[in-house]
Amino acid sequence: MDRLGEWLFFYLVFPGATFAVALGLAMSWLDRKVTALVQWRTGPAPGQPFWDVVKLLGKEVVVPEQSWAAGFLALPFVGFAAATLAGTLTWHAALGLPGGALGDLVLVLYLLAVPSLALILGAAASGSPLGAVGSSRDMKLVLGYELPLVIALLVAVFQRRTVDGQVMAAATSSLEGLVRFQDAAGAVLYRPSGVLALLVAVVCCHAKLGFVPFDQAEADTEIAEGALIEYSGPPLALLKLTQAVQLATLPVLLVTVFWGGVETTPVGLAAFAAKVLLVLVTFVLVKNTNPRVRIDQALRFFWGPVTGIAVVALVLARMGW
Amino acid sequence: MASTSLFGRALRRSPWVFHLGTSGCNNCDIEIADCLTPRFDVERFGVRLVGSPRHADVLLISGPVSIACRKPLQEAWLEMPRPRAALMVGVCACSMGGYRDAYSVAGPADKVIREVDPDARFVYVPGCPPKPETIIAGLIKLLGEL
Repeated sequence: MDRLGEWLFFYLVFPGATFAVALGLAMSWLDRKVTALVQWRTGPAPGQPFWDVVKLLGKEVVVPEQSWAAGFLALPFVGFAAATLAGTLTWHAALGLPGGALGDLVLVLYLLAVPSLALILGAAASGSPLGAVGSSRDMKLVLGYELPLVIALLVAVFQRRTVDGQVMAAATSSLEGLVRFQDAAGAVLYRPSGVLALLVAVVCCHAKLGFVPFDQAEADTEIAEGALIEYSGPPLALLKLTQAVQLATLPVLLVTVFWGGVETTPVGLAAFAAKVLLVLVTFVLVKNTNPRVRIDQALRFFWGPVTGIAVVALVLARMGW
Repeated sequence: MASTSLFGRALRRSPWVFHLGTSGCNNCDIEIADCLTPRFDVERFGVRLVGSPRHADVLLISGPVSIACRKPLQEAWLEMPRPRAALMVGVCACSMGGYRDAYSVAGPADKVIREVDPDARFVYVPGCPPKPETIIAGLIKLLGEL
């Protein structure tokens, strides 16, 4: 019973729903603020994403006549719940919280795919032609980035090191295990294979977040926000919150897997925050300096050079580089 | 009457705008785009241009409503979730300006919207085209209406 209470606390308060939403909204403010600064504007006030969500929660829900209403309304909840769980597992491992390992990398990967899946199905359920276009584009994008992302994360699992004449490898998919291995042998990133893998993973997570140049699913200028087109009010707020939680999860996942966990000292926490912010600002700057590519170009990009680099990184990792 | 509830405050801090050109001459559209530039930057007030009427709180209309645009305008209005309001930018949207009595127009936008929603609320921003400052002033006035 105590254990259940502990897990519920992790999931609902810290580092789950409450914390992830607050942090995600702060990060999405940072995203908009940096975007504004890049464009030489002032940008929104710090509370902006919060007010956006409160407003959406209070608005009317319009369910389109031709939609499958149950799926249309339920799927944003599914996506949000899965993203929050992924965030909980990631933060739990990164901070080394008590209660033992809750889940491993494979589980987190599956959970992170659920929000995209929920959006694909939700958009298809809306019955809107533009929603269907957005949905099919998102599906292609998921097919594109999941493969290189998995290979890149495998680099952290299989990377071999020689420490004091002994060959070491994490050889575990548990996030806690990866953190411990990096504590003992140094961060995955500090090897050539780690650098390549992180590069690939950053590009894939960029697409996962739906940022330009990989925002084909939500291209507001050509298909009117595509997958999101028919959503209004609270379901739209949930989709925005899902995005915020993903924004609070993916940079942390990358830093944890490739750059080690958090030391719970002031310096360690500051270093961790700096690493996460570095990844986040990289996302934002790439987003602001690139045009949207066509979906076939995106797919060719992910299955060509990105997967190629990921495979090279994996081979290097096994060779001990 | 402006609401003081949390939702009312949130609504006034984050008005999302859907821009609908109802066969205008593009001059107002250029001034509307100006509002998003570094000099005016309406994102400071939480204003965002959105791509779908479903996400919008404010319908921004520019141009006289032509007969061909009458139905799309009414549909866009009905697609918006409540509470909603419309901002008429330019003298054409307000009262048809030089297109008054022309053969191809269906009427000023407020009349066209009132055909499907008699309770619709509007704020008028006249000018040919109105300055960005005027558009922002109209938007602020509209937020009081929401």
